[in-house]
Amino acid sequence: MALVMTTKGEMDESLLEKRTGVDDNESERAEWTEYWLEGEMVHRSVHLTLKKFTLTGEAIAASIG
Amino acid sequence: MANTQAMCTSFKNEILQAYHNFGTTVTRGATTADTFKAALYLTSATINAATTAYTVTGEVTGTGYTAGGVTVTNATAPTTSGTTAYWTPSAAITYTTVTLTTAFDTVLIYNSSQANRAVSVHTFGSQTITAGTLTLVMPTNAAGTALLNIA
Repeated sequence: MALVMTTKGEMDESLLEKRTGVDDNESERAEWTEYWLEGEMVHRSVHLTLKKFTLTGEAIAASIG
Repeated sequence: MANTQAMCTSFKNEILQAYHNFGTTVTRGATTADTFKAALYLTSATINAATTAYTVTGEVTGTGYTAGGVTVTNATAPTTSGTTAYWTPSAAITYTTVTLTTAFDTVLIYNSSQANRAVSVHTFGSQTITAGTLTLVMPTNAAGTALLNIA
């Protein structure tokens, strides 16, 4: 029996409708998991993998180099 | 042999480690590593390159979220590869059991040891969290892919 933290406290996963999805693009991959109870979303978590989350300080080199 | 104009790669790395101070006053008292934090901002906020320090204006609010965000895990010192110096937090940035119902899309990395001075702004697709966990998995810590690169 897996318990899920929800807006109504911890609930047995079997009582909930689970929805998952992935938004994948050049810069990130967002995997989300939702649990719904009688038409109400009671849990949403996101696992966001950063692919191109890069900042490059080229201006520093350009201004001196 | 010939001479080549360049910014020294070692200097780029040393910038990330506060070896150099071009100012005319003493700017640092501590000699220990700084603490960096990560704060989340609403899609309606204005956080960008002009941001100089952490601000509560536009920051997310919600159950389980503390203003100022969470501490960034920093167990890996900046390093270099080729002519690029780079750094990435050594673990994912995680906001555990939070409810953030107003959409957010930005995380600000800032130095909480140095007057909350801003370091970098990172945006992503708009998100909400309900009684759940937001995990920001860091990119590969290598030249060109690290969170911060000085190329």
